[in-house]
Amino acid sequence: MAILVIAEHSNAALGAATLNTVTAAKAIGGDVHVLVAGAGCAAAAEAAAKIDGVAKVLVADDAAYAHQLPENVAPLVAEQGKSYSHVLAPATTTGKNLLPRVAALLDTDQISEIIAVESADTFKRPIYAGNAIATVQSSAAIKVITVRGTGFDAAAAEGGSAAIENIAAGADAGISSFVGEELAKSDRPDLTSARVVVSGGRGMGNGDNFEMLYKLADKLGAAVGASRAAVDAGFVPNDLQVGQTGKIVAPDLYIAVGISGAIQHLAGMSGSKVIVAINKDEDAPIFQVADYGLVADLFEVVPQLDAAL
Amino acid sequence: MKILVAVKRVVDHNVKVRVKADNTGVELANVKMSMNPFCEIGVEEAIRLKEKGVASEVIAVSVGPSAAQEQLRTALALGADRAILVEQDGDISSLTVAKLLKALVDKEQPGLVMLGKQAIDTDNNQTGQMLGALTGYAQGTFASKVEVDGDKVNVTREIDGGLQTVALKLPAIVTTDLRLNEPRYAKLPDIMKAKKKPLDTVTPADLGVTVASTLTTLKVEAPAQRSAGIKVADVATLVEKLKNEAKVI
Repeated sequence: MAILVIAEHSNAALGAATLNTVTAAKAIGGDVHVLVAGAGCAAAAEAAAKIDGVAKVLVADDAAYAHQLPENVAPLVAEQGKSYSHVLAPATTTGKNLLPRVAALLDTDQISEIIAVESADTFKRPIYAGNAIATVQSSAAIKVITVRGTGFDAAAAEGGSAAIENIAAGADAGISSFVGEELAKSDRPDLTSARVVVSGGRGMGNGDNFEMLYKLADKLGAAVGASRAAVDAGFVPNDLQVGQTGKIVAPDLYIAVGISGAIQHLAGMSGSKVIVAINKDEDAPIFQVADYGLVADLFEVVPQLDAAL
Repeated sequence: MKILVAVKRVVDHNVKVRVKADNTGVELANVKMSMNPFCEIGVEEAIRLKEKGVASEVIAVSVGPSAAQEQLRTALALGADRAILVEQDGDISSLTVAKLLKALVDKEQPGLVMLGKQAIDTDNNQTGQMLGALTGYAQGTFASKVEVDGDKVNVTREIDGGLQTVALKLPAIVTTDLRLNEPRYAKLPDIMKAKKKPLDTVTPADLGVTVASTLTTLKVEAPAQRSAGIKVADVATLVEKLKNEAKVI
């Protein structure tokens, strides 16, 4: 029994979520192989070969895979997947985009966003925005699974020495093409893997006021997040959104500033180790999950906090 | 062209669900049900494309119990022209729903299929992508902008680092993200008119699809409760606690 992990990568570098997915694969048990499909992705493949616990790296290097278009990558993964018992991908937007297409090509049900491995065929996953945890058993011959990064520790990025094997690429399906992208630039740590996250909500008032959260975040070496309300109001770009429909984070410290704590937001951060809430409404639902709550005006308290650190 | 838009009946997004005492699922009796929020966005986008003259007909479809007719009537009140309910009780896997939708795509030959990116009950985020594989159409998932341009559609997608734009050959599948649009409300006269619009009911057997799943839910539990926290009086106490008690800074 061997497990195929689909690497998350930018051709030049391996995505951090791949490491958590490898840990999930190791928990299932069996040889772990990593598939890197991209264009000019030798660097990503080499990084994958160094991951502790990886037995083999398969590389499909072709212009058709440059932007991970699922119409091109899914047939390749489905073909390779036939010789594995499990096919895993990180539950990032790339993994979520690709893997269900693979599952349908293999005519098998998919299990989304697992947070724990009970056995080789039984997994735990959150449903209803994290308000319930389902234990799901699969009788499928090939189990197709996406892995929630915050549910598993990252595998060591060094220490492995897997063989790299080139595999043949398929043809471009010719039904989709990449036009362009606008990536938000940030020097702060990645939201999903940061040890500390400072998030702002509607209470911030406007986008300019987020400056004080950026300042605080820089002092703490933290990433900055936001609630849907802050994103919808145009304070910050949508890729900062934490919640059921945004990113799922589980840092050591989560500081929620001016966030009421709607169900959809809690779904994205209630796995955090310590939660601090700063809100002037003492009845805000966020205080029900906060380890430390401070009922105060954020415009007074955040600069004080910044000064105290 | 025709647009097929899939809608799902789910627990209203404002309801705090409770896990059943016997751990077989969540309590759904006497709980308010609504159209999945992402499906509302799909319906809205389809109607806007019709208003722009891009689409000629909008067909709302749902797979679910007979009560899902309510959600289809809502879609009709919002502006869909007709509706199809594939009647099936109980849990249905995303793959089965995708197969049922594939059968309807074969029959109706839409130029575009709109779905929500995920249903807020199962949180699967699978059906649209699976339909893409079964039909062989291109997929534009997590769409925040959709522009039909001749025989292709440009879809701007919300990805982890920002936004990505892809061009897809029509017919294509689009799944909606929150920021695609702001859904409208149904007006009372439209709700009345919607009662007269056609709503066909079919069964999976009519479409030649067997309802089966390789997945079994063994149990459903409440998530681990967080222990109650404390309220601190001022910033100095907060910093002190974080440093010495929680030891996180």
